[in-house]
Amino acid sequence: MIAMNMMMAKMNSEVPADLDYSTTRVSENGLFNVSYTASTGTVPVNQLHQWTLHIETTDGQPVENATITVDGDMPQHGHGLPTQPRVTKNLGNGDYLVDGMKFQMGGWWVMDFNITVNGQTDTVHFNMMLKQ
Amino acid sequence: MKLKNHLPTLLILIGFMLFVTACTAFGQPRWNEGELTTLRGLWINSLPPLPADPSNKYADDAEAAAFGQKLFFDTRFSSNGEVACATCHLPEKQFQDGTPLAHGVSTTTRRTMTIVGTAYSPWLFWDGRKDSQWAQALGPMESAVEHGGNRTLYAHLVAEYYADEYTALFGPLPDLSNLPLDAGPVADAEAAANWEAMSPQNKEAVTRIYVNMGKSIAAYERHLIPGESRFDQYVDAVLKEDYKSAKQILTSDEIAGLKLFIGEAHCTNCHNGPLFTNNDFHNTGVPSAQGLTEDTGRAQGAQQVQADEFNCLSSYSDTQPDQCSELNFLVIDEHQQERQFKPPSLRNVTARGPFMHAGQFTTLEEVLNHYNTAPEAPAGHSELEPLKLSDTQLAQIIAFLKTLDSAINADPKWLTKP
Repeated sequence: MIAMNMMMAKMNSEVPADLDYSTTRVSENGLFNVSYTASTGTVPVNQLHQWTLHIETTDGQPVENATITVDGDMPQHGHGLPTQPRVTKNLGNGDYLVDGMKFQMGGWWVMDFNITVNGQTDTVHFNMMLKQ
Repeated sequence: MKLKNHLPTLLILIGFMLFVTACTAFGQPRWNEGELTTLRGLWINSLPPLPADPSNKYADDAEAAAFGQKLFFDTRFSSNGEVACATCHLPEKQFQDGTPLAHGVSTTTRRTMTIVGTAYSPWLFWDGRKDSQWAQALGPMESAVEHGGNRTLYAHLVAEYYADEYTALFGPLPDLSNLPLDAGPVADAEAAANWEAMSPQNKEAVTRIYVNMGKSIAAYERHLIPGESRFDQYVDAVLKEDYKSAKQILTSDEIAGLKLFIGEAHCTNCHNGPLFTNNDFHNTGVPSAQGLTEDTGRAQGAQQVQADEFNCLSSYSDTQPDQCSELNFLVIDEHQQERQFKPPSLRNVTARGPFMHAGQFTTLEEVLNHYNTAPEAPAGHSELEPLKLSDTQLAQIIAFLKTLDSAINADPKWLTKP
């Protein structure tokens, strides 16, 4: 048992203990409140799906006409996504459809959305611990 | 007094330790919630129903499958009359050939992959240079080292031997009487020159026949699905909490190997899901094959599938453009994709040596030793980290892999030459 606990502790130490796995987060420089929902509910492994990204200003106003780039990676593995997702539709009311989302394995993933509005750019990061 | 106070706790602790000891003695590791999720994910019953192939409107046509089966086994569809799909994809060998490199009319530079379960693959071949079963089937037919033939040769053969079946499925054959016997976009200079001299209308008409051949072969191949293995029976028992049956299905070494497979050895990073593959591409530092030029894998394959005349977005595909999600969101990144190859399914892996994309490893022991030591990649960056497992642990993983043996889950009529 002790050996097992030690092994678990060692594995867990590879992922920062204080990671924020929230689906709503403030962007790096505090410009936006951003949240996501997956079309599948739970974020799946090995299945193409879509995300809806909702962007608000910090005082709760929906952000329209943002330009968004999408990237994702597994910090422990040094590789990225198996697809190249992108925003395919501005749904209005601060909602943006991100299509082509896919994760090829379980573990710690970080999704980065680079958001530009009226010449101002900020980035939001979402941590996920996916189960396969 | 103090001992008396702690007696209930002590009894519980002793009871728990006895339980753990008993579980270990009977080879029943306690699977935690995360492990059970992984086991369920690997289970054959988690395989979804056969996915539709919107790029092939004949995919589920029984007559097309029967026609495709005939083509699959017909050696006349080659330059020397001796090579069929079944030459390298032998039914008795899990639809592969057991040799490091495939031998058609000449020798290829890659290991033959099995066809079983490929209906679930978004990308075909080791480098994913095709995105459907029908497009994959057409590649070897005009490869100079596999079937060695060409499109007009095949059109003439269809007209000569299969005119009735073809016409019933696809409508009347075009007039081929004035077309060369050998013509196609192939390496052979004479056939290529003949092809260039043909009118666009004739090229299109001949290519349609060629595509319909591929779609028929794909309709056949969709019937080849892996069956239930001992591993699946074990998971079934574990999920029902029928541990008495479970311990009769797998040995303690096999279970220990499974535990390593989904845990410490990190095999399920790539070999996940009910087919034990994530259908993605990875550089695992597999050594170069002696005597062959450097193989860049997915770096080239990604560019090839994007440019492929038979891809999901092509005029020969039956899809609407928005149905080609994998291709629409394709990654092209020569640096990241350098020497990446697709993880093959591990179902029936023990029957499918030699291993890796050019059969570089003869035994599973060599494969496991590679993953355990994680040598640097010949090119690009290997994703592996040394596992540092003991010889006993490696042997346990191999013991587990042997539990993935199973028969093909298909009507026996599909498993022989018609």
